[in-house]
Amino acid sequence: MPTMNMIQAIRSGLEVMLERDATVCVFGEDVGYFGGVFRATQGLQQRFGPQRVFDTPLAEGGIVAVAIGMGMNGLRPVPEIQFSDYMYPGFDQITNELAKLRYRSGGEWTAPLTIRAPSGGGIRGGLYHSQSPEAYYTHTPGLCVVMPSNPYDAKGLLISSIESDDPVIFFEPKRLYHGPFLGDPEHMLPWRGQPEAEVPAGYYRTPLGQAAVVRPGEEVTIVTWGTMVHVAAAAVQETGVDAELIDLRTLVPLDLATIVASVEKTGRCIVVHEAPRTCGFGAEVVALVQQHCFYSLEAPLLRVTGWDTPFPHAQEWQYMPSRERIASAMRTSLAA
Amino acid sequence: MEDSSSLVGKAHPFAAMEPEPLRDPLPLVLHVPTAPHRPGDTPCFAPLPNQPGDLPRPDTLAPFGELREHAVGLIRVLGDDGTAAGPWQPQLTPSQLRSGLEMMLRARHLDARMIAMQRQGRLSFYVSGNGEEAAAVAGAMPFAQHDLLFPSYRQAGLLLVRGMPLLTIMGQTLGNKCDNTHGRQMPMHYSWRAGNVVSISSPVGTQFPQAVGAAMAFAYRGERRVAGAWIGDGTAAQGDFHYALNFASVFRPPCVLHVVDNQWAISTHRSLSTGGATLAARADAYSVPGLRVDGNDFLAVYAAEAWAIERARRGGGTTLIELVTYRRDAHSTSDDPTQYRAADEFEHWPGGDPIERLKRYLIQIGQWTEDAHRELRSALEHEVAATFERAEAFGSVAHGLAYPPEAMFGDVYVELPAHLRQQLNELKSEAAPPEAKCSILPFEDQNRRAAG
Repeated sequence: MPTMNMIQAIRSGLEVMLERDATVCVFGEDVGYFGGVFRATQGLQQRFGPQRVFDTPLAEGGIVAVAIGMGMNGLRPVPEIQFSDYMYPGFDQITNELAKLRYRSGGEWTAPLTIRAPSGGGIRGGLYHSQSPEAYYTHTPGLCVVMPSNPYDAKGLLISSIESDDPVIFFEPKRLYHGPFLGDPEHMLPWRGQPEAEVPAGYYRTPLGQAAVVRPGEEVTIVTWGTMVHVAAAAVQETGVDAELIDLRTLVPLDLATIVASVEKTGRCIVVHEAPRTCGFGAEVVALVQQHCFYSLEAPLLRVTGWDTPFPHAQEWQYMPSRERIASAMRTSLAA
Repeated sequence: MEDSSSLVGKAHPFAAMEPEPLRDPLPLVLHVPTAPHRPGDTPCFAPLPNQPGDLPRPDTLAPFGELREHAVGLIRVLGDDGTAAGPWQPQLTPSQLRSGLEMMLRARHLDARMIAMQRQGRLSFYVSGNGEEAAAVAGAMPFAQHDLLFPSYRQAGLLLVRGMPLLTIMGQTLGNKCDNTHGRQMPMHYSWRAGNVVSISSPVGTQFPQAVGAAMAFAYRGERRVAGAWIGDGTAAQGDFHYALNFASVFRPPCVLHVVDNQWAISTHRSLSTGGATLAARADAYSVPGLRVDGNDFLAVYAAEAWAIERARRGGGTTLIELVTYRRDAHSTSDDPTQYRAADEFEHWPGGDPIERLKRYLIQIGQWTEDAHRELRSALEHEVAATFERAEAFGSVAHGLAYPPEAMFGDVYVELPAHLRQQLNELKSEAAPPEAKCSILPFEDQNRRAAG
């Protein structure tokens, strides 16, 4: 089985779907000839031609809008927004148009888009290349929201997203493109050698709406997604706490059953995400856990998140949840 | 450690120089435009520019530069004396013209009836296209049925052309069992897939770049179909206008983009929408043809439309059409235009009334009579009134829910996800929902309904 980093896995997912389905097309800023600033579409235009993989003007609102028009007219577009920080010009088209099209037309019209957007911090990107805006989209009925944490899932979830008849916002944690991130910026790890980097060359699906239990455990449940899956795993290993680590993979639809089963077992739960705390998706997870697991809980529910500030440049590592903060939260939870 | 004063910058000597005194400066005030006529003013419009025959009709694949004068002038066919002249005269048979007249009249009677019903409390809300019937009807007629249309909410005439039954139109406004969109949207937010009319939303202008995308999909598949989209002059201020034009300019898809320039966006006069003289002139910057058309001239609208559609179908890309018209009624039934414009402004509009103008032309060429017109009006009045009575029998938002409350959970996703099923159960476990009032379900698709 080939070894792939997350960029190669995403490219492979796009390639498989471009090959299988003539209605799939890929476009966005710098996506065509050049192959994308993160190289996710490298070589696709040469292979599939400029009609199916192409560059667009620098206008995210226009990119999303034309993708909707194409989607309601029989295509399955996979537009790329270069950084999730730049989705906002397309926000009206995503939240008011794409998300509501099926509903408002009584099912007459749909647009099965998959909007890919690199997200999250850890690359010294400052305010505008580091955001984790998933909560804006989880708050919008009609959208599915996906965020893989490794190459295998990235390809399988991308294929499921493209095949989904619901629109999908597909966030790619850019810090994970070239290797898992254990919370130490000085320590670059490659994907090579990791089991999740063994990616089949052909078609396979990772279903939407199914979380992964990354590490089974008995003492405390950690619910997280994206880059924080790896930081939390490192914190668990470092502390030796027998934590159960859940990678949500899909935020909407949410795999609540896996979370509830775990918290009922451990009685403790910590949610970790990079996005700011207030009204982050962690708030939703915490509310659901207290509703469904209240009588199993042994400790207050905790959140370890980015701070409620813009994402800073110089203080990046003080902003992003660290192994130490996650370890401290585990100690607090276990001491309660 | 370095002296921190080295971090404090100093302006370049040029920037520090005393500026030269300005030559004859104009007073510096913020320019805030206003409407030409306000309540109490006597309206006075300039006559329409150009006469029929002033502007040539180039080949439909002519370079856009040959149409620069069309973007700043006005394409006309019906002259001030009511006769048709010039190269833009469309090839329409008398029966096609009569059919156009009938659809314009049906749209006008529909609008009038619906406003009356809203006043009686039998309808929540309505938006009238009174005075803009030529833009809606002649704008839609030249499209093939397989073309894809993205209208705005003020174009009942377009839906009639596409074959949407009056009963369904009225059912949508009533949110009842005849509503093919299941009572989910405000009145006038139609969807009519059977006639290739895309669902209408309230955020204005979003459909403009979507239509360009739809046209890109036609080109992608090599289908000689055309997408059409309509917005208003107020909406032409939105970014979506420019997204649409720019993508159309780059990808050259088969699309016809229209601005129905009806002078008013609620109380915002078009002088606040653009500082430019015409909206069609913007096309030049995007290297697409811009056609400015007398929007109350049925023949001119039809001809310009047919030209742009043929250009798109032949592979010539997108055209921007500005249809100059006047919104005679209020923006909506929630609006009172006497507060912001001269009450009789529409009577002074140099474009007149599109229905009267086509009627006069048909009579002039011996294809219509005053008697026939009276008879048609009376028949349509009866048809519209009777259809409304029928539509009301299927229920109305004003008189209880036509759909069970759980219907709101359908079509959010293809399948009902777990969290929505949970919320649906919560809803059901509360007070027992009122029974649906009507058992006839013309559009009810049991397989798609969320309710168990």
